[in-house]
Amino acid sequence: MLEYLTLILLCQLAGEIFVTRLQAPLPGPVVGMLLLFLFLLFRGSVPEALGRLSAGLLNHLSLLFVPAGVGVMVHFELLGDDFWPLATALVLSTLVTIAVTALVMAALNRTGSAKPLAGKVRDE
Amino acid sequence: MSESGDIWVYLSASPLLHLSLTLSAFVVASALYNRLRRSPLLNPVLLSVVAIVALLHLTDTDYDRYFDGAKFVHFLLGPATVALAVPLYRQFERVRKSALAILVSLVCGSLTAAVSAISLAWLLGAHPVSIVSLAPKSVTAPVAMGISEQLGGLPSLTAVLVILTGIVGAMLGPAVLKLLCIEDPAAQGMAMGTASHGIGTARALQLGELAGAFAGLAMGLNALATALLLPLLWRLMF
Repeated sequence: MLEYLTLILLCQLAGEIFVTRLQAPLPGPVVGMLLLFLFLLFRGSVPEALGRLSAGLLNHLSLLFVPAGVGVMVHFELLGDDFWPLATALVLSTLVTIAVTALVMAALNRTGSAKPLAGKVRDE
Repeated sequence: MSESGDIWVYLSASPLLHLSLTLSAFVVASALYNRLRRSPLLNPVLLSVVAIVALLHLTDTDYDRYFDGAKFVHFLLGPATVALAVPLYRQFERVRKSALAILVSLVCGSLTAAVSAISLAWLLGAHPVSIVSLAPKSVTAPVAMGISEQLGGLPSLTAVLVILTGIVGAMLGPAVLKLLCIEDPAAQGMAMGTASHGIGTARALQLGELAGAFAGLAMGLNALATALLLPLLWRLMF
């Protein structure tokens, strides 16, 4: 397990360095995801320990946003006079974006095999 | 000061207290959410954030002190994002087959997010600085803050709006998908990841690994797409 935790951290580190050096409009961890993906593609399978580690990290992904979320509430006054316009635009725009993206994807994807596969991460 | 008071002073200066607070709040919020039939209004992220903020107010604790403990949780966001490569790899067959659909829906979603946010905020009379700061709201925070700065917005305001967008998408997204009868996990994931980045991806993972894989991919791609498209769009609109 330890070697894969190290691998994940090294992927992120390489991603951060890449992004900083090239000033790419991507977060370091996203480039790190790409690097780990390339590693898996090269290796041809997911090592069991890496699978367990990633499930451990991802099963509680929502929790990891809580500290940032608390920061939001503390800086809420930044919304200032524009609270209502911003809040309304934010909610409506988010819902419309979800609807548009899902409808386009579902329509285009229907041509392929669109049978839902069973997921295996907790919940539902 | 009494002895128990000393202990309290000692604890509140160590990261343990606020780290425990963060985990406890989330564990209780998740239990409540599951107990009350997963009502979207009881979204565990929102619930624990509200509870923690209330407690920080009551105890007169500032955010920096809280973050000293919570940063250990926050730090894991990076490694967890890297770990999204695993579901992506496992579902790669499906992803590859849908490459064109992914690209088209991504561009549609990315443009919808920016255009609808900008025009709604403008129609409702928000200040120009607020409008720019809102424009990249669907993109993961570090990139959104960069775009906002580049276009003359306030990065810190953008960070707030990004997190709120994530929470709104995670809370209401599944309901929108249900309303539209979207049962394809690929479409569910694309929508959640494009519209509400990491927090939407976290929610999509709960719908299933396939939805999670698409959401993680969409989050990464939308960071890139928005960073490229939004500055062009902004010049076009203003």
